[in-house]
Formats: sequence, C-alpha cells, structure tokens
Amino acid sequence: MKWTTICDLTDIFPGTGVCALHKGEHVALFRPLADETVYAVSNIDPFADASVMSRGITGEKNGAFYVASPLLKQRYLLASGECMDDENAALKTYKVRVHDQKIQLA
Amino acid sequence: MQKQRIVVIGNGMVGHRFLEELVAKAGSDQYEITVFCEESKVAYDRVHLSSYFSHHTVEELSLVKPGFYEKNNIQLLLGEAASIINPEEKIVSSKTGRMVAYDKLVFATGSFSFVPPIKGYEGTDTFVYRTIDDLDAIEKCARNSKSGVVIGGGLLGLEAAGALKALGVETHVIERAPMLMAEQLDQQGGNMLTRKIESLGVKVHSGKNTLEITDGEQARKRLVFDNDETLEVDFIVFSTGIRPRDRLARLSGLEIGERGGIVINDQCLTSNPDVFAIGECALWNNQVFGLVAPGYKMAKITAERIVTGDSAEFTGSDMSAKLKLLGVDVGGIGDAHGRTKGAQSYVYQNEPEQVYKKLVVSEDGKRLLGAVLVGDTSDFDNLLQLKLNNIDLPESPEGLILPNTGGDSSVGVGVDALPDTATICSCFDISKQQIAEAVQAGHTDMAAIKAETGAGTGCGGCVQLVGQVLNAELLALGVEVKNNLCDHFEYSRQELFHIIQVEKIRTFDELLAKHGSGHGCEVCKPVVGSILSSCWNEYILEESHAKLHDTNDVFLGNMQKDGTYSVIPRMPGGEVTPEGLMAVAKVARDYSLYTKVTGAQRIGLFGAHKSDLPEIWRQLIEAGFETGQAYAKALRMAKTCVGSTWCRYGVADSVGLGVELEHRYKGFRTPHKMKFGVSGCTRECAEAQGKDIGIIATDKGWNLYVSGNGGMRPRHGDLLASDLDKEALVRTIDRFLMFYIRTADKLQRTSVWMESLEGGVDYVREVVMNDSLGLCKSMDKEMQSLVDSYQCEWKTTLDREAQLKRFNHFINSDQQDENVQFVAARDQHRPATSVERIAMTPVEA
Ligand SMILES: Cc1cc2nc3c(=O)[nH]c(=O)nc-3n(C[C@H](O)[C@H](O)[C@H](O)COP(=O)(O)OP(=O)(O)OC[C@H]3O[C@@H](n4cnc5c(N)ncnc54)[C@H](O)[C@@H]3O)c2cc1C
Ligand code: HEM
Ligand code: SF4
Repeated sequence: MKWTTICDLTDIFPGTGVCALHKGEHVALFRPLADETVYAVSNIDPFADASVMSRGITGEKNGAFYVASPLLKQRYLLASGECMDDENAALKTYKVRVHDQKIQLA
Repeated sequence: MQKQRIVVIGNGMVGHRFLEELVAKAGSDQYEITVFCEESKVAYDRVHLSSYFSHHTVEELSLVKPGFYEKNNIQLLLGEAASIINPEEKIVSSKTGRMVAYDKLVFATGSFSFVPPIKGYEGTDTFVYRTIDDLDAIEKCARNSKSGVVIGGGLLGLEAAGALKALGVETHVIERAPMLMAEQLDQQGGNMLTRKIESLGVKVHSGKNTLEITDGEQARKRLVFDNDETLEVDFIVFSTGIRPRDRLARLSGLEIGERGGIVINDQCLTSNPDVFAIGECALWNNQVFGLVAPGYKMAKITAERIVTGDSAEFTGSDMSAKLKLLGVDVGGIGDAHGRTKGAQSYVYQNEPEQVYKKLVVSEDGKRLLGAVLVGDTSDFDNLLQLKLNNIDLPESPEGLILPNTGGDSSVGVGVDALPDTATICSCFDISKQQIAEAVQAGHTDMAAIKAETGAGTGCGGCVQLVGQVLNAELLALGVEVKNNLCDHFEYSRQELFHIIQVEKIRTFDELLAKHGSGHGCEVCKPVVGSILSSCWNEYILEESHAKLHDTNDVFLGNMQKDGTYSVIPRMPGGEVTPEGLMAVAKVARDYSLYTKVTGAQRIGLFGAHKSDLPEIWRQLIEAGFETGQAYAKALRMAKTCVGSTWCRYGVADSVGLGVELEHRYKGFRTPHKMKFGVSGCTRECAEAQGKDIGIIATDKGWNLYVSGNGGMRPRHGDLLASDLDKEALVRTIDRFLMFYIRTADKLQRTSVWMESLEGGVDYVREVVMNDSLGLCKSMDKEMQSLVDSYQCEWKTTLDREAQLKRFNHFINSDQQDENVQFVAARDQHRPATSVERIAMTPVEA
C-alpha cells in the first residue's frame, strides 16, 4: 500500500479536525485526543452537500468517537462513518495512519 | 342510532370548558355539536385579559388547543350570535337565518358589564372592560389621551386601572363606597389598599357618587360628583358590576331570577328539562358567581349529566380570590367581614411595610371562617386549605398571620398535613390525591403534571402548592430530581458554573478529570467553553479551548448552508461612519460578498470563503472595526432609535446610551445570545421591550425591562425598575446579567430563564436591587473583571501566526473549496444549489 503524507500530527489541535485534499477528494482528519489516534472520513456533509465535516465538534459515547455535523448536527461514528441519527446516511471512510509524527492517507 | 344534537350558546371560558369536558368523557363522534359564538374570536382567557396589553396576541390568550374544533367535528359559528329560540320545536336560529335543531341546549352566555344610567354616559370616549375588542378600543383611545378614569373600585375596576396606568395615562379610580374592593375587604384592608395604590401614582376618589358626565375644558370629559366637585379626564372606563346575559333565555320562556340570571337547580338544569345554563349567566340558590372556578364546576356537571344521565350536584362554590392588582397583592377568603354569628377576628397591621392581615374564626376558635390579606398574600394558600378542609386551628391562630420572628414559629399546614381529598387546583377541581397519582404514574416534573392533570393551568394561583405536592411525592417515592448535562457530567450547567468558579478551573480537560468521565461531546463541550469564558474571559481559541466551540466560534463567523461564513463587524448602537461604510463596501466588492443590512442594525457580508476571512478582517480592523460577534452566544448588539439628539420626541440620548452599553457588555460569553434595545421615549421605536435588556427613556431617567424576546416565541420584557439614573441603571444591568450567567440552564434565553424562576421578576428584583441573597458585591466584582478583560477576538486571532493556518480550506493545499459556487440573484448572488453546481475536481499541487 502506498501512503501519502498529508501533514504533521501537531497541525491538528487535539480534539479538532482539518480537511485534506487527497486524490481529488475532500477528507476530514480528526484527532479526538492528545495522542496519536487519528480518523479519516469524507468531509462532505451528506445532508447539506457541503464540504464541512472537519469543522464539527467531536464527541465520545461509550468509548466510541463521533463527529456532529456543524450544519445540521447529525452524528457520525469516526471509525465506521455510520450515521447515529439516520441509518440511511453514512460518511465514506479512508485508511489513515501516523508515521514519524506525520499523518498519512493510503 | 341518530346522534344526539347539542347546541351551545356562548363560547366563553365556561362554554369552551363544557366542550372539552364533553369530548373527553364521550368522544365527539357520539354527538353533533354546534356552538354559537358571538365574538369574532374563539374562547379566550378573560381572567388574564389584561395581559393582552403586554403581549397583544390573541393566540397568547386563547384557551383552544390547536385543531380542537376541527378534530372533534364541532361546528363553531364565529361572529354569529344566537337570536331566537323556539323551545317547542327545539330550534335555535341566528340573524343569518341559520336554524339549528337541538336535543340538549346549553346556555353559556356569560354576563355583560353594567353601566349605570348616569347622565351623559353614552358619549364617545366611554368604555367597558370585558372583551378583547374593548381593550383594543381603550388602547387606541389612550394613545391620544393624557388621563383616564375608571368608575368602580372593585376587583375588575382596579384591574382596569392597572391597565390604564400601564398604558401611560394619568389614572383615577372613583368608588361610590367609602373603600375599595368592598366585596372582598373590610374597611382597614380597603384603606391599606388605597394607600398602596396611591403611592403607585393612581389617584383614588372613594365615597364619591358620579351624577353627570359633560364635555370638559382642560380634557375631553368632565365628571360631576354629588358634592359638586368635578374631575376632568380624557376618557372613562366603567366597571360598575356585571349582569347575567339572560335576555334570550327570558324571551324563550325560561325562569329568570328577580334580579336577573337564568335559574338553575343542583344539576344545572333550567326550568326546561332539555336546557342547561352554566357560568356567569346562571343563577343558583339566588346567587350569580362572578368567578371562573364555579363556572368550570357547572360545566363538568352538565357534561357528565348529558353523557351518563347522572352527575354530581353543584353545591355552591368558594368565592375566595388571590390577586395582584396594580402590583399589590390582595387576598380575600370566605367571610371577610365577620358576618357569621359569634365570629371573632385577629388583625395584624404593619404600617411601615403596608401590610394588613385579618383572620375571622368561629366562636369556639377552632375553625377558620375567612381572611383578608393586603400587601402580603404568602399565607393565602395555607389559610384557604385550612378553611376548605375544615382543619383544626392551632391553639393561637394569630400565629398564622404574624410574621416569622426567628425560631420555629411556623404553624403553617405544609402539604403533608392536607387530606388526600384537599382541592389543590380549584379551577380544574384537582385534588392532592390526583396529583400524587399522576406523579406515581411517571409525570415527575411541573410541565408533565400540568399536561396530565390540568392543575395549575387555569388562574395559576395554585402553582406553588402543586409544586409542593409534586416534590413531597417525589421525595416519598425516593426519586432524586436531576438535570444532568450529558453522559460525561452528572451536573447541571448551574452546578458546573459553580464548580468552575469556586475551584478556579481553567480548562475543559481539568474539569473532566476532576468531575466528569469519558471524553466529552457536542453537548457538554460548548457549555463548558461558554462557562469558562463567562468566568475567566480568556481568548476562546486558546489551544485548550478551541475544540470546545461550535464552528461559528472557531472561525469567528456564522457558517452558512454552503460552508461559507458571514462577516459582521460591530456597529455599536447601529452607528457607522461614511468612511466605515466605504471600508465595508471595499471588502464586499473585493471578495464578492453578498451584502445586506441585518435585523440587528448593522451590515452583514455573506458568502466569504473560510480562507479569505483573515484578510477580510485585517482590512476591516485596519479601518477601525472590531468583531460584531454575530456568531457568539454573547451580547449581539444594542438596537437604538435615533433619540433626543435628532428626534423631536426624544427625551434622552438613546444612541449614546446604547453605544456605551454595547461596549460595556461586549465580548464575554453568556448562556445564550443576548440583544439589547434602547428607546429615547415611550414611543419605543427601538422595540426595546422585545429584547433581553430593554431600556426606555422617561422624563425622570430610564425604565429597565428585562427578559423580552423576539424570534419564534415573542415575549414582552418585564419591568424591573423605573426612572433609574445612569449609574443605577448600569449597576442593575451588571447584576442582572451576572445573575443570569450564574443561574441559567444550558442554552436558556433570558426569557425562558425568567419564566423558570419561581417568583419571576419580583424575585430577580429582590436579588439584584435589594441584595436578598447577599450576592451583589461579588456579582459587581465579577462583571467588572469581565468588562476589563475585553479583547477583539479577530484582532487576537490575526496576531497569532499559528491560528491563521486553520483558515485554509485544505491543510495540504492552498486551493479553495470548489464546491462553493454562486448564481446571480437580484443584482447580487446566492449559493448555488447542488443541482446548479458545476462539477469540478481540485488538482493536487
Ligand atoms: C378583566 C377581567 C378579569 C377577571 N379576573 C378573574 C379572576 O382573576 N378570577 C376569576 O375567577 N374570574 C375572573 N374574571 C371573571 C371570569 O372571566 C368569568 O367568570 C368567566 O369568563 C365567565 O365565563 P362564562 O363562559 O360564563 O362567560 P364569558 O367568558 O363572558 O363568555 C360568554 C360568551 O358568550 C357570548 N354570548 C353571549 N350571548 C350570546 C349569544 N346570544 N349568542 C352567541 N354568543 C353569545 C359572549 O359574547 C361571550 O363570548 C375576570 C373577568 C374580567 C373581565
Ligand atoms: C443558525 C441559525 C441562525 C443564524 C446563522 C442567524 C444569523 C443571524 C444574523 C447574522 C443576524 C444579524 C445579526 C447581527 O447583525 O448580529 C441575525 C439576527 C436575528 N436573528 Fe438570527 N440566526 C440564526 C437563528 C435564529 C433563530 C433561531 C432566531 C429566532 C428564534 C433568530 C432571530 C433573529 C432575530 C430576531 C434577529 C434580529 C435581531 C434584532 O434586531 O433583534 N435567529 N440572525
Ligand atoms: S422612541 Fe421616541 S425618541 Fe426614539 S425615535 Fe421613537 S419617538 Fe424618537
């Protein structure tokens, strides 16, 4: 698998997200804690069709992290992209890792 | 089987209650129901009629749940009075020629205001006080009047006088008897009430009989009294009693009392076995009841009888009343005058505090017969329960009305002492047991109890008592009342505020470690972020805070539906210079921003790319602007009218004050957004009474209204204080805001907060003006520290290199978001819909 370096881990404040451009797609990268945990899902809000997901607030429920859309507040699990409020919606997920303090997407 | 046909004449409070009872008991498909409603509005709450002057919406007063008539297939004939009844054929008809046949007929025609035939009474500028239409007419007249008089100093007359006072005209009350409210009060009580009311600026003329009304010289009308004295005013409101509307019943041959009223028996039946009469038009045992509770009882009995052929009997009703007239608390219970044989009384009178209380007890001193309370009605519920339930009085009954002088001298009947059968809500006849059962069935808060039982939704007088029963029952059930923020904190916002303030906690992570669990969520993060700002007022995007805030706060603009942001610089009080306008115009043109004047008296620029925000703001700040915080739960703006500097009516400089206040309170976060308004005179062009803080200039200073609201659920502000000088005004606002910040629930506007406080604005006044909780000193200090620590968030952001990186759309590319596209609209542009958008793929650098 070929990994592309996107940015430094420290470019993302703990608890927030950023948007990356990867193979022509908008990818939201989240760093829910101050450690090396990173998630990657599509940045496009399926309801509003706008590139905004990385700007949502992250939350935790029973140990699982999710993001709430900054527009209409639907919540999506970061690990699977599943929408917690509407079973017909989901965010695409991407393979992501932290390597040498750099965030990389496959 | 043919459906039974029921016709109701009158759609007032009691007529409507009858329909609700009927439908609840039998379902509407059993009956064909027709209602003649003379007024052009469906049933509304006459008891709270005066509140119409502060809300002005018929909806607010309506008693009808949305869709009630449609859902139950009730034919409601609005604006159509029944005019002829043919009792042989059982047909009711109206002037339109409509004829409706009935099997059962119910009169609920209420009463009319009686106007004594004083010479000259029928001219213009004379009114009565009974319907919404009456109020509309009075208000219209008051607008071009300086003074008004209410003839009649009874309960309704004083209510009307309160309304005139609130409309801002010089107000007089004429009473023929030597005292006010002769029905409910004794002489001393009446005198005390007179003094209190006069101290509020209403002139009371008692013991005066009006002989004639003529044209005036200084004002439009002149009243001539029996002692030859005169009084000139611009208009007159009669409140000289009510008379049952029994004309139609009389014409159709029903038995009518000697002094009016449709005679009914204990089943509410008239002299015709198919015709009932209920409410104020009915005469039972030679008595007409001018209150709503007995009417509601009659409605219930009648509905029951029609449905089951059987019912409880009407056995009269208690005529006790607790009211607030012109801001003065007044209560009368039972035999206030001590007319019962052998009755003895106890009196407590406190001149300095203008409180008068009297107890009337039975000859043996064991039973309460009646009571009078003026200036302090806190004992009312207690006393009423003692009387209604025939509870044994304590050894020294005077203890019931003496002030608590330390020690445990309270001899009240706490709810525990009440029998299960005690009536708690007399409007809906709800007993203690019914409330307890509702709690046991899982209705564990006030709103649920109200919805389930109806208790407390009538005149509202029993709400406190209902609350006590609720709490006692919850306690008995071992239920702990909780208001947790979310899974991560077992505390309410108020509790977290207190913890953060007392323990001087500065970050979310510290709070979570000490008092929470897990990692937080979109509910608790913004709330804690807001509290931290309210307490310490640090730059909200410090690395430790950035994750807490909604995107609007993080990028310091409101995110629009396409992911772009709005740019709204502060224009304090709505002021902006030509140079300022030019600077705004320049960025709008350079960055193609849609431009609009917002609802908040300033200019909004829409459709800015996130990545352009720093440069746009750099230019605006250079031109002297600062952030308008249109994105924040904080003070938005102070809306002002042009005020005395330019306006020929203005009595004070509303713009100057608005600018000053906007600068004082800008910046720090509050539980929800806040809007201020300042008007330069009573014309109220700034609509300040619809704002969280509303200020209106008077010729003596400033009137301060609080907790008003516009938006989805409009609310007129409550008058917190009058005629303040500027120093007192600012001090009072300081404390009001701090008290709100300290005690509001999450995302609670000041209006909802106010409604959640027991005691409402009176309670808040005690706290912020009389320091009843001893908080004022610390609140003053806290507010000053918030004011002193202000910074423009956009300026701080631009000064920090690390912050700017966040504004790029992509972390790994300088390209902008290609999904943001516009189409032309009315000489400007709007976001393209997804269909209109042209597909584009950004190319990686
Ligand atoms: C300002 C004010 C304050 C009050 N405060 C209190 C209080 O604090 N506590 C309290 O208990 N009570 C209070 N009352 C009294 C209370 O409002 C009345 O007791 C109650 O409204 C009586 O209800 P009702 O249905 O009998 O009459 P209403 O509510 O008067 O309704 C009668 C309706 O019948 C209509 N009607 C009459 N004739 C016909 C016809 N031929 N065809 C069709 N329709 C007809 C009338 O237009 C009217 O709409 C107050 C009243 C007023 C005016
Ligand atoms: C995401 C939702 C919302 C956005 C983005 C938004 C945005 C705005 C903006 C930009 C302004 C002008 C503000 C200024 O100049 O400071 C404004 C004003 C206003 N907004 Fe909203 N708003 C939102 C929700 C609401 C809601 C829910 C209500 C009512 C319940 C509301 C009621 C008002 C009112 C009444 C004004 C006018 C202010 C005044 O003159 O009193 N807004 N809003
Ligand atoms: S409120 Fe009074 S002072 Fe202000 S603009 Fe209106 S009329 Fe003039």
